[in-house]
Amino acid sequence: MTRPKGNLKGRSTSESESYPVSAIRSPISTPLRVVFVGHVDHGKSTLIGRILHDTGSLPEGKIEEIKKACAAEGMEFEFAFLLDALLEEQKQNVTIDTTEIPFRTARRRYAIIDAPGHKEFLKNMITGASRADAAILVIGADEGVREQSRRHGYLLSMLGIRNLIVVVNKMDLVGYSEKRFREIEQDYRKFLQQLGLNAHTFIPASASEGENVARSSMKMKWYCAANVLEALDLLEPQKSDVDLPLRFCVQDVYRFDGRRIIAGRIETGTLRVGDELIFSPANKSSVVATIERWPQVILSGVEGSRRASSTVTQRDSSTSPGMTVVAGDSIGITLAEQIFVERGYVASHQNETPVETNRFHADLFWIVREPLRIGHFYDLRLATQEVKCQIVSIEQVMDSSTLEKTSDAREQLQRNEIGRLAIQTRGPLVIDNYDRVPNLGRFVIVDDGKICGGGTIFGGVYTDRTVAKSKNIFWTEEKITARERALRTGHRGAVIWLTGLSGAGKSTIAQSLERDLFHRGMHTYVLDGDNIRHGLTSNLGFSPDDRMENIRRVSEVAKLMADAGTVVITAFISPYRMDRRRAREIALEGNAEFIEVFVDAPLEVCEARDPKNLYKKARAGEIREFTGIDAPYEAPDDPEIVVHTDQQTVDESVATILEQLLSRLRTEE
Amino acid sequence: MTEVARTHLDALENQSIFIFREAYHAFKNIATPWSMGKDSNVLIWLARKSFFGRVPFPILHIDTTYEFPEMLEFREWATKYHNLNLIVKINTEARARGIGYETNDPVTVTHELKTVALQQALAEYKWDALITGIRRDEDPTRAKERYFSPRNAQFEWDYKDQPPEFWSQFVTTTAKGEHVRVQPLLDWTEIDVWRYIQRENIPIPKMYFARNGKRFRSLGCSPITHPIESNASTIDEIVAELEATKTTERAGRAQDHYERNAMQKLRAKGFL
Repeated sequence: MTRPKGNLKGRSTSESESYPVSAIRSPISTPLRVVFVGHVDHGKSTLIGRILHDTGSLPEGKIEEIKKACAAEGMEFEFAFLLDALLEEQKQNVTIDTTEIPFRTARRRYAIIDAPGHKEFLKNMITGASRADAAILVIGADEGVREQSRRHGYLLSMLGIRNLIVVVNKMDLVGYSEKRFREIEQDYRKFLQQLGLNAHTFIPASASEGENVARSSMKMKWYCAANVLEALDLLEPQKSDVDLPLRFCVQDVYRFDGRRIIAGRIETGTLRVGDELIFSPANKSSVVATIERWPQVILSGVEGSRRASSTVTQRDSSTSPGMTVVAGDSIGITLAEQIFVERGYVASHQNETPVETNRFHADLFWIVREPLRIGHFYDLRLATQEVKCQIVSIEQVMDSSTLEKTSDAREQLQRNEIGRLAIQTRGPLVIDNYDRVPNLGRFVIVDDGKICGGGTIFGGVYTDRTVAKSKNIFWTEEKITARERALRTGHRGAVIWLTGLSGAGKSTIAQSLERDLFHRGMHTYVLDGDNIRHGLTSNLGFSPDDRMENIRRVSEVAKLMADAGTVVITAFISPYRMDRRRAREIALEGNAEFIEVFVDAPLEVCEARDPKNLYKKARAGEIREFTGIDAPYEAPDDPEIVVHTDQQTVDESVATILEQLLSRLRTEE
Repeated sequence: MTEVARTHLDALENQSIFIFREAYHAFKNIATPWSMGKDSNVLIWLARKSFFGRVPFPILHIDTTYEFPEMLEFREWATKYHNLNLIVKINTEARARGIGYETNDPVTVTHELKTVALQQALAEYKWDALITGIRRDEDPTRAKERYFSPRNAQFEWDYKDQPPEFWSQFVTTTAKGEHVRVQPLLDWTEIDVWRYIQRENIPIPKMYFARNGKRFRSLGCSPITHPIESNASTIDEIVAELEATKTTERAGRAQDHYERNAMQKLRAKGFL
């Protein structure tokens, strides 16, 4: 190899070739993908060029080619140009987009993802980093920690990349000063700790001089830990998704040869022939009959390696029990019963179901010029699900570089900001918390076909679906859709769930609200104690179990009526959060909007009103387990709407509800 | 802890199948250009894997009229073998104008007989997505590609302002006249392709294997595609040869090297 010039002056070639390169280059394992990030001009591309050179990874003639290009442009050769192969980039001396370049060490193969440092190219950095297993964050020793150093660190943590090596580069420019290195290390460690990240490797290095990259530096004897390549080799791949709960996300349903094959990818967990699967949001279950493959393949049990048979058959499927497919596998299955399944459905095992909701909280980073606006309809995509959504509120905004938080009420989220939001979707969404199942806990916001931001979900509440598990029900696929019904009635079916203490005003508001909707020409109906307790649930009392069953029955009836296109208003105390969560899930299964309204009034106010003399009886001990007296009321944490009946008149309360309700009942624009 | 081994090839295959299925769902009207080269045969194979034995969209061959006779034989055989809905497109207008390697430089001919022919096919069939077999490791300009890469009505690739792509979410909408290039092999390397051909026993043209001390590493138009010195007559030998070489794959393709940044210029104008 020709001795490199330019920034590499003063290096000996023999050193560069001393790093061991394995003789066998067979691609057995997937390369570890490493993204290089950091502030512009802190030397990412130079470090990559150096690594490629020192591991003997450059194609023959590459350096000569780049040198010729530099000469043509009248520029001095720089190693960074290897990556900036496009003409435009060489002109501007800035990396524009992500590239992926292979190299290997004695331990394993790597793929370098180079991500640009310029602020306006954030989307490219995210594109590159989202594919990475590990990150090298480069900080220039001369400039120290800068805006992009912090912003990239924050985004790496949001993207879930925990393997982080911080390289303090350009140590040659600060005289290889340990003091300077420690300053930067301390500064950045403090920042990482605020993100909840710590114990990462910090390496003082000079990419242009080759110090502490492939060989340990003699000029920084005060540093005796791993150099960059050694540190990379010490990384362990991130925890396998195989051990997480099963999430099989349906991409499509193919009908070939009269069979129905459900195609999709196992995002996490494992799936076997004979497994009983629960499909969300329908909450219907069926057993995996076959795992389909083409061409015929034999799965040898232990190592699971695949081998195509020598004769290609038209199709084959495997019904052998115990056959396992795992996270990452793109598969097709057939089910024992023909339940309705479509793109977006998520299959899980019964004991580890995801959350089904139309309202959740998330941290969202925003990457486009046009700000995110409250109330505007966006498309939300999560795995293979796509649903319309609205931002309900922006609770907190953080500058991704300074980590400064502002919690003033905001109507918009600007580019490069990270917001803590409440999001409401039209129709059910199957989610997980990001810290539990990352692949189902992250989503993108799409506006006019463009991906504008990405978010991670937290705080979702898991319920035990086995409590009210429905039997397998055969749904015909030609059923009349909610959309068709909505087109006829002019509005969507919905469940307006009023909850609050006895005497808070639920029934009064329900009747008044119904009257208003009725006058607007809508199909509407109120379910309350009067028409439920005497019939549908006349065999139930007020024990916690009976209350739960009461609410379950009301939820099921409300779902059916909403599915039929009616706006159902329920007026029950419904004191338990878990019951209301279940009511929400049941409504969403029927593809109905679910809107929880907290009819709030202090206990003293309700007790003073006491329209049916129930509080008096409870105080006197004539009624047991009365909510607010000797049974608990769990106020909603996060209702869609709150009305305060101690401060608002009935009309005002109804107006508050209508304000938020009507837009949600509109048919798709 | 579940112990199920998946190789690198399994991971690549799974990702490619996922992309095929996303594309098939997202676009109404798609097609796959097929050069009959090793990569595009792998692409056909992966399509059959994705859709359980069938290729549920048309396959397009841009015939430059400078095809090797052996390649045309292979085309006929493979079309039947895979049961393909094959569309053959020739830019007859350019040939009538006398465009050809006998009279023009290779960049001009490649543009006219490949890119323009592709544009003509797109105009005729109104595809909103093309599934292509390009790989990141082939060329620096291809390294910058996305899995789903939009092209405007003029066929141009705006590599300076590409959409973000993360968490398996892709650009799946097109305006009128635009199309999206879907690239399921983006993460594969040349050696991965060979290993996969070997593992899956995928049919490819015999010209890739050495005869009389020469073989083709990359296949294109006959006047401008040159064989390399090689005795590799099996896939194992080819892989061993590739592991030892530091020459680039497309070194034998004249149009790439006709002028500086020729490949970038060709690609910005719509070349695959």
